Amino acid sequence: MNKRIYTHPILENLSTNEEISFSFNSETLSAYKGDTIATALLANQIRTLRYHEESGSPRGIYCNIGHCFECRVTVNDYPGIRACLTLVEEDMVITSGKKLPQPLKHGGEENA
Amino acid sequence: MLDAMIIGAGPAGLSAAISAAQHGLHVEIVDEYYQPGGRLLGQLHQEPDGEWWNGIEETEKLLEQIESLHITIHCSTSVYDLQKVNKKWVTYTDQGNWESQAVLIATGATESPTPIPGWTLPGVMSIGAAQVLTNVQRIQPGERGVVIGVNVLSFAIARELQLAGVDVAGMLLPPPHLLSKSEGVPQEVLSSLLRFSHLAPSVLMHRGAPFVKGRLAKNLVTAFYPEKGMGVWGIPLQLRRTALEIKGKNQVEGIRVAKVNRKGELRNAITHDIDVDFVCIAGGLSPLAELAAIAGCKFIHEDALGGYVPVHNEKMETAVSGLYVAGNITGIESAKVAISQGTIAGLVIAKSLGARMINGKINEALQEVESRRAAATIQFHPHVISSRESLYKTKKTQ
Ligand SMILES: Cc1cc2nc3c(=O)[nH]c(=O)nc-3n(C[C@H](O)[C@H](O)[C@H](O)COP(=O)(O)OP(=O)(O)OC[C@H]3O[C@@H](n4cnc5c(N)ncnc54)[C@H](O)[C@@H]3O)c2cc1C
Ligand code: FES
Repeated sequence: MNKRIYTHPILENLSTNEEISFSFNSETLSAYKGDTIATALLANQIRTLRYHEESGSPRGIYCNIGHCFECRVTVNDYPGIRACLTLVEEDMVITSGKKLPQPLKHGGEENA
Repeated sequence: MLDAMIIGAGPAGLSAAISAAQHGLHVEIVDEYYQPGGRLLGQLHQEPDGEWWNGIEETEKLLEQIESLHITIHCSTSVYDLQKVNKKWVTYTDQGNWESQAVLIATGATESPTPIPGWTLPGVMSIGAAQVLTNVQRIQPGERGVVIGVNVLSFAIARELQLAGVDVAGMLLPPPHLLSKSEGVPQEVLSSLLRFSHLAPSVLMHRGAPFVKGRLAKNLVTAFYPEKGMGVWGIPLQLRRTALEIKGKNQVEGIRVAKVNRKGELRNAITHDIDVDFVCIAGGLSPLAELAAIAGCKFIHEDALGGYVPVHNEKMETAVSGLYVAGNITGIESAKVAISQGTIAGLVIAKSLGARMINGKINEALQEVESRRAAATIQFHPHVISSRESLYKTKKTQ
């Protein structure tokens, strides 16, 4: 579970934000204005942002500050957008990268 | 054309922009993050006097000055190239290019990964990722997790997680393999931990610190180190347990750990699994310096500074004319040091472009860096002072 931290013993309380809606892999979800794509999905208990191009293994954020590119997603048809650096916007359409066919590997075994 | 372009809106870049603009320069800042502050934003630790160092408030203080000096910050703007064309610097970004007379690179630091089996599973993240989630974005990285890697940063952030109601089931050593070297050896980790015993309200740390100087004493302490670990703020600090593998099908479900001896060697094959839903990997920090390399800087390797740093002097000048560096790109240190380094860089750039300033202003700033360095609560490496001294001496005599 990835719960929002509304109150904190030292930091100020989280002021509940304006809700916005967006879509992820065709599912309509809501988040707060000010969320990144990564935190918007975490708040919806979604950790997998994409599947590795070759192995198909699930991937989520790693560094959360733009350095590792593990969080790349497609936003409004632009591929390779870092979910940890990009603020979610109303009606944004986000999709995950999927495992790609590998016609040349092992004589084309994965030629799907 | 700008007088100076500043790359990075962390504490170093912000303070450089302030001191340069105070001396009449037209500067702008670019940063690829969606808000200014850099890694200062996530910081939250208690100083020895009990005061909290709150990165969000510290950032706000800098931003108030930025605003009153009308300095523009371009957020969500990634720099991918930096070149001198016809005696002008051109900063190439995904939002267009900027020309300037001088450039300051203040891109900060990056975390070194410690790959362990299972580390690509969703729910595994760097310790810094958990810090930003928790303190800046205010969402828990998970319900219950472990931290792999015991160092000053992971120590501070484990506490931050706990403050935000996250259950930290333990801090473990990385697996004993080539990449983790001394970070996997209990004796070495313990002696490095004792350098920041002021951060930990723990009996062993406080009482032990003065005594654990020699090798024999270290052996004794690690020999008596409780097998099950010791509580620091209630978090089990397990110097005799190593993380072998992160388990899970579609995301983190648990972690497999094994006992190690004092040297960090696997004692036997007995392992056990801990149920967790997230894992933080803390491999330490190194300077983020690719842009300085592209722009033609020479590099030097200094362990105490966190790895390869662009060759520079104490005035933050590189050997490339019109190119400056400040903050963690010059070596891993705390944000207070980065702020003072930024002030120097801003002043030196202003002076080089003919700005008038009070005599002794730069010297004053140089002295401030030294005193902040000596007083730092979070010191990433014990030899940072001597390493800086030798770096700057070699540069001067060249
Ligand atoms: C994950 C992490 C956590 C840390 N936590 C602590 C802590 O708790 N306590 C502590 O004392 N120190 C901590 N540090 C050390 C920290 O680096 C310093 O305290 C301080 O923030 C350094 O300031 P800086 O201005 O040099 O760099 P930063 O604060 O890192 O700022 C650099 C800025 O440059 C931007 N940038 C980088 N590359 C580009 C590019 N190509 N294009 C555009 N913008 C770019 C970044 O987005 C960032 O905002 C941490 C460092 C990291 C990496
Ligand atoms: S998580 Fe590393 S770039 Fe986004």
